[in-house]
Amino acid sequence: MAQYPRPVQLFRNLNAKIAAIPMIVTAVVIFAGGTIWTVVYSFTNSKLLPRVKWVGLDQYERLWSTSRWLISIENLMIYGVCSLIFSLVIGFMLAALLDQKIRFENTFRSIFLFPFALSFIVTGLVWQWILNPDFGVQSVIRELGWESFSFDPLYNPNIVIYGILIAGLWQGTGLIMCLMLAGLRGIDEDVWKAARVDGIPVWKTYLFIIIPMMRPVFITTLVIIASGIVRVYDLVVAQTSGGPGIASEVPAKYVYDKMFLGQNLAQGFAGSTMMLLSVLIVLIPWAYLEFGGKKRV
Amino acid sequence: MRLRTMIAALAASAVLPITGAQATDLEVTHWWTSGGEAAAVAEFAKAFDNDGAGDHWVDGAIAGSGGVARPIMISRITGGDPMGATQFNHGRQAEELVQAGLMRDLTDLADKEGWRDAIGDPKLLDSCTLDGKVYCVPVNIHSWQWLWLNRHVYEDNGLAVPTNWEEFVSTAPALREKGIIPLAMGNQPWQSSGAFNVMAIALTGVDNFLAVNRDKDAEVAAGPAYARLFKAAADARDLRQGSNVQDWNQATSMVITGKAAGQIMGDWAQGEFAVAGKVAGVDYDCLPGLGTNPIVSTDGDAFYFPKLDDPDKSAAQLRLASVMFSKEAQVAFNLKKGSMPIRTDVDLAQANACMKKGIALLKEGKIAPSTNQLLSPDTSGQIEDLMTEFWSSDSMSAEDAQKRYAEIIANAD
Repeated sequence: MAQYPRPVQLFRNLNAKIAAIPMIVTAVVIFAGGTIWTVVYSFTNSKLLPRVKWVGLDQYERLWSTSRWLISIENLMIYGVCSLIFSLVIGFMLAALLDQKIRFENTFRSIFLFPFALSFIVTGLVWQWILNPDFGVQSVIRELGWESFSFDPLYNPNIVIYGILIAGLWQGTGLIMCLMLAGLRGIDEDVWKAARVDGIPVWKTYLFIIIPMMRPVFITTLVIIASGIVRVYDLVVAQTSGGPGIASEVPAKYVYDKMFLGQNLAQGFAGSTMMLLSVLIVLIPWAYLEFGGKKRV
Repeated sequence: MRLRTMIAALAASAVLPITGAQATDLEVTHWWTSGGEAAAVAEFAKAFDNDGAGDHWVDGAIAGSGGVARPIMISRITGGDPMGATQFNHGRQAEELVQAGLMRDLTDLADKEGWRDAIGDPKLLDSCTLDGKVYCVPVNIHSWQWLWLNRHVYEDNGLAVPTNWEEFVSTAPALREKGIIPLAMGNQPWQSSGAFNVMAIALTGVDNFLAVNRDKDAEVAAGPAYARLFKAAADARDLRQGSNVQDWNQATSMVITGKAAGQIMGDWAQGEFAVAGKVAGVDYDCLPGLGTNPIVSTDGDAFYFPKLDDPDKSAAQLRLASVMFSKEAQVAFNLKKGSMPIRTDVDLAQANACMKKGIALLKEGKIAPSTNQLLSPDTSGQIEDLMTEFWSSDSMSAEDAQKRYAEIIANAD
């Protein structure tokens, strides 16, 4: 084998590469082109229609001096961090429990995955009712006799974002659990046997052997959760419409409202550019570590 | 609300293929979908279908509200798929579409039919006019400037029914003691922002209101008159404590059922009183300009006609514009809609007591322009954001709110 010359890399799998060209062109023109267009026009004073009249960084100055945007960013941070941690922890715990060769595993899996089949709009409306103090959890518990019980996150500006978080977790954790379960099933049975022979307790096996082995699954999960966080919009709209006041606003809603309701395209573009920037800030160091690292091996 | 956006988008896309079947089919988009509104717009459709030229009204109703419908309408017009005619509110919502040359110039028709003379106050046509040319047909006037009161709430508790805002405020503590919420207000942004503007005209006078909203004078916005206004708004914020509803009609229903005493809302609210079988002057009262400064504002709806290539349809557009402005259609439409007709030369004998108050003020010329006519949607949006924040939290002081309001006005376009 070694005496043959190495084939030119460019022409390997030529058919596949030709077949991929339309998709590549679409991705470049639509995604990259659209992104660049958006960024460029965020430096103009476009209102209802795009127009090229440069105003420098004015849109960004206004953006960052708007309290609604600042609250949106704060909410996204809280929602993002909590959603990431709780999705991973709860998802993994559920998967580990389901992996104990229990009975009716399929039934449980369906039940946990079921919320994921609902759209965010439906999820939001359902939880709007559940968390409504007059009909939902609060009134049920008060009827049971605990008169002073108070749980109305959607009507309290300080904790409203956690009310949304609950709905988000309820909807998304099932999928994370399934991904984790698939990862756990991918672990060779022999690893468990070896650990048992060495007398390593189960929790230690999970923490120091199984989880590191599941790295690819964790990365996929992370990307799915993160993309869900940045584009959270419909959940908020269905549950609170940004209220009470502006306490549960999120960046995506700001962008939509400015572009289509406020007839101020450039302001919306500035907002979406900042969202893109925040994604890149997370993504670039990660990509550098992930792909830059492999070359050294 | 956004659920409705999707439904509306679907509905709008489903409507598209219907157009173009006949040369004189004209699709008209609007956001009038509630019972009374749909009945009103059907009057236009009927008049247009029977205009003798074989025209046919294709109804393109978009469910939701203006906020939902406008983005769909605008994207159709800018995306090269214009409808035959479309609703907007009077004012600046379609300003850029007109500037971009997408809307049809109706000046010739307006001159021929003498619109300027038929409209009581020529200022009303100004909101349809850009650079001396008329681009839309105003069809009605809706005034925001009303305080609606449940008379029974006051009479049953031994209080005199207030005749102005000051009396309303002074009776509030007594009502609170009885467990009645003095002021009902829904939590949607446009409601708090609208109520604030009503208070601005009633409590600071039209001149100050115009200085701020028309001339964008930030000094007046930061000045003593507006300081008093923000103080009053902060008091009103306390009066509304406990009205945790979203939609305006839920708030109106609190007034109807006596859970709340009053509501600042436009004249569309009287439709709710009418449906509940209440009689003006007996069960409820209406105070234009909060009773303090009787006036009507000239919000309202207008129809715009996008430029079309098809000559048959273009001719039909003019016929539709003419029908909408005709005396018969104005009377039929406005009686169903509960709004005031744009023409003062028609007789609305069947109008109820509140509407007659409004028409009388209109004839006296006691009118103020609406904020839709004066502020760009962008500025209105910023003010709505501020007002939502201000009305929903006790933590923002009147001084802080005024400072931020003045900043928005200073940067307004």
